[in-house]
Amino acid sequence: MNMADETTSTPSTEVQTTSTPRPAGPRPPRPAGAPGGAGGRKFFRRKKVCKFCTEKIDAISYRDVRLLQGFVAERGKIVPRRLTGVCTRHQRKLSQAIKQSRNIALLPFAARY
Amino acid sequence: MNRSYEIMFIVRPDVEEADLDKLIEGLTGNIVSGGGEVKAAEKMGRRRLAYTVRKFNDGFYVLLHVLAEGGLITEIERRLRVQEQVIKFITVRMDEEEKRLAKVKALRDSKVKRSALPAVEAVAEAPAAAEPAAAV
Repeated sequence: MNMADETTSTPSTEVQTTSTPRPAGPRPPRPAGAPGGAGGRKFFRRKKVCKFCTEKIDAISYRDVRLLQGFVAERGKIVPRRLTGVCTRHQRKLSQAIKQSRNIALLPFAARY
Repeated sequence: MNRSYEIMFIVRPDVEEADLDKLIEGLTGNIVSGGGEVKAAEKMGRRRLAYTVRKFNDGFYVLLHVLAEGGLITEIERRLRVQEQVIKFITVRMDEEEKRLAKVKALRDSKVKRSALPAVEAVAEAPAAAEPAAAV
């Protein structure tokens, strides 16, 4: 958890620290989420965390339209995990709930355009 | 063996309020006479549908919490299908989910207790103990 905070530093400062000779001593911790090595990355992407894990939402009900709406794209598609950061376990429950919700016309299968 | 289910159905918007009550009453009667139990009947009110169902764009949502056997549920579903006023319904089995939630809750409660106790004697240890709980 602490690692994520340190990796939020801007890329410019990171370049400076790597170019200057590192003083002898304990090596500063590497960014957790970012790929190490030569800086091919233009910007740092913050590590996303699962909303359901952090907020401790256990039950994902098909009736909770407000909650589900946040994980549905504009046209009604389920947003993939890689975009929302939801963990595998909760994504499975979530997609189940969204599908049930669609069945009872609380969520659209495809939003009219 | 009785299991808990949620039955949600949509009634067409042009029925009267009294007819809606009568419909719920009738279903409740069916469930009780079939050996089940209606724990709660909730009228969620008129709502816009996300898509057109039988040429209707809105409808009355009704939610029933039912304790019944599987055979009775199929019978209720058959009745709902026959009912002219009901345009859509969904039945969701809840007992497995409830069991899982109870388990998660028990686990969480036991963790809170353990981290709360050493906080009295050692403050420095408390965040270290609290962190694994937060990670879960």
